[in-house]
Amino acid sequence: MSGHTSSYEPTSRWGKWWDERLPVARMMHAQFVAFPTPRNLNYLWTFGGILFLCLAAQLVTGIILAMHYQVGDATAFNSLEHIRRDVNFGWLIRNIHAVGSSMFFIAVYIHIFRGLYYGSYKAPREVLWILGVIILLVMMATAFLGYTLPWGQMSFWAVTVITNLFSALDTIWAGLGTGIVEWLWGGYSVSGVTLNRFFSLHYLLPFVLVGIVILHIWALHVVGQNNPTGIEIKEPSEAVPMHPYATSKDLFGMFAFILLFAWFVFFLPDYLGHPDNYIEANPLVTPPHIVPEWYFLPFYAILRAFTGSFLGIPLGSLAKLLGVVAMFGSIAVLAFAPWLDTSRVRSAKYRPMFKWAFWTFAFTCLALGYLGAKPAEGVYVLWAQIFTVLYFAYFLVAMPVLGLIETPSKLPRSINEAVLGPDAAAQKH
Amino acid sequence: MWRGKPVFIRNRTKDEIEAARKVDVATLPGGANSADDKRVKKDHENFLVLVGICTHLGCIPKGQSMNDAKGDFGGWFCPCHGSHYDTSGRIRKGPAPRDLEVPPYEFVSATKIKIG
Ligand code: HEM
Ligand code: FES
Repeated sequence: MSGHTSSYEPTSRWGKWWDERLPVARMMHAQFVAFPTPRNLNYLWTFGGILFLCLAAQLVTGIILAMHYQVGDATAFNSLEHIRRDVNFGWLIRNIHAVGSSMFFIAVYIHIFRGLYYGSYKAPREVLWILGVIILLVMMATAFLGYTLPWGQMSFWAVTVITNLFSALDTIWAGLGTGIVEWLWGGYSVSGVTLNRFFSLHYLLPFVLVGIVILHIWALHVVGQNNPTGIEIKEPSEAVPMHPYATSKDLFGMFAFILLFAWFVFFLPDYLGHPDNYIEANPLVTPPHIVPEWYFLPFYAILRAFTGSFLGIPLGSLAKLLGVVAMFGSIAVLAFAPWLDTSRVRSAKYRPMFKWAFWTFAFTCLALGYLGAKPAEGVYVLWAQIFTVLYFAYFLVAMPVLGLIETPSKLPRSINEAVLGPDAAAQKH
Repeated sequence: MWRGKPVFIRNRTKDEIEAARKVDVATLPGGANSADDKRVKKDHENFLVLVGICTHLGCIPKGQSMNDAKGDFGGWFCPCHGSHYDTSGRIRKGPAPRDLEVPPYEFVSATKIKIG
């Protein structure tokens, strides 16, 4: 993959035999043992490894759950209670899987904000970044499909509302949206038919995810890791081999993360869920207050910000379409960040104005998350509209404009200078 | 239930019908097609038959039982994202783009209807 020469020396005859035929061990050694990593990475860089752990945990627990889960509108709900009560350690497997999806999103959001703060999306890491945005989308689809499987009230009504988003396309071409929705459902309404296909796709997508993750890591190992200074490695002393340096740091990060994970699994397994999902799906009763899982709340708030009017501008029958476009747009806009940001400095550490924009954006996302859980009435709608504007302003105004008007603070000349101070760095030369 | 969706049947009071007929259809998203007399069967104007699914994102609007909130226009109110429907099931306020759907149906006898 990347250009450095391999220091791998097979020691056993077995190792040499393979090395001459299929040098997998040589590749793994080059990519995950000797691979040069910047010496100044902080703990925010351990989240990639943590995400790996999350994906593995979901795959293993998911495959075991699927051995006991019985898809079908009459059986799904009860089979999950059966897993929890009767299957040996079923409660543990199920809790790890359900809590795991939340943990996965906590980790991925931290990972993304890390990238936004340190400018990791900028050249030459655009493809790496875009692969990340695709991973986020596939993760969201997977989690959404998985959430239907328990076939509780929230499962049923979340599917109804979210699949109905596509009916907004009726505004563009009458019948198009409704046609797509009925095709997705396999009928005129959400039913056991829908559940069956969602289970099939929920099993499929994580493996698609594995494929994209491999590309993501490939792209990472071609361009190398960014670091808190945002300055590229200029000489070999600024890098350390991945093993044992980055690996041990990653392992420590993982253990800390597992503590939090375990706390939820053992003490608060349903804290992040919704009690209504322990009522079996009923197509004749909508729960009084439909909320998606917490990790979708900011996007849900953006969707609902488009009521009859937006900040006083009447939208009429376009409201629904605009809400849907804004919601998908809020993720799509991430993919354009590499070109929207005009600054040549990567790390926000050296960008006094951009730093403010970044923290405002982080607050905006939290505020949208809060508003997404509130009813779409009164002042909540107004605030959701204001924060929706701020969300997009970060990408469409702050990124292009600040790069042009801001004077960055003085950058260290190299990673060594940033870590060791100017004198020590000079001595190294 | 029809096609897996709930059906609303409301026996409307005179006041409710009158309120529905007084509205200027030009102000409604559906225009002339939203006129109240186009949404009911002749000689059965009191019976309003609707698919009970919000045209926004598919929740079931409130308004079927006595103590439900019926919204600002006395018809139905969808709590999901705040759509208000009037006593003819027409969208009056909120994000829903269309009136509540009237399914194809006919009166088989004075007390019996066939939907579909
Ligand atoms: C990207 C990885 C994955 C994510 C984000 C994810 C997410 C979810 C979510 C949110 C639920 C609903 C949890 C609940 O409230 O019970 C769920 C359920 C389920 N998932 Fe996954 N999942 C993933 C991978 C997998 C895999 C690989 C399989 C199996 C091949 C699987 C099988 C299942 C089954 C059988 C259920 C129903 C049991 C349950 O609800 O606990 N999942 N998943
Ligand atoms: S589903 Fe009724 S207002 Fe959104």
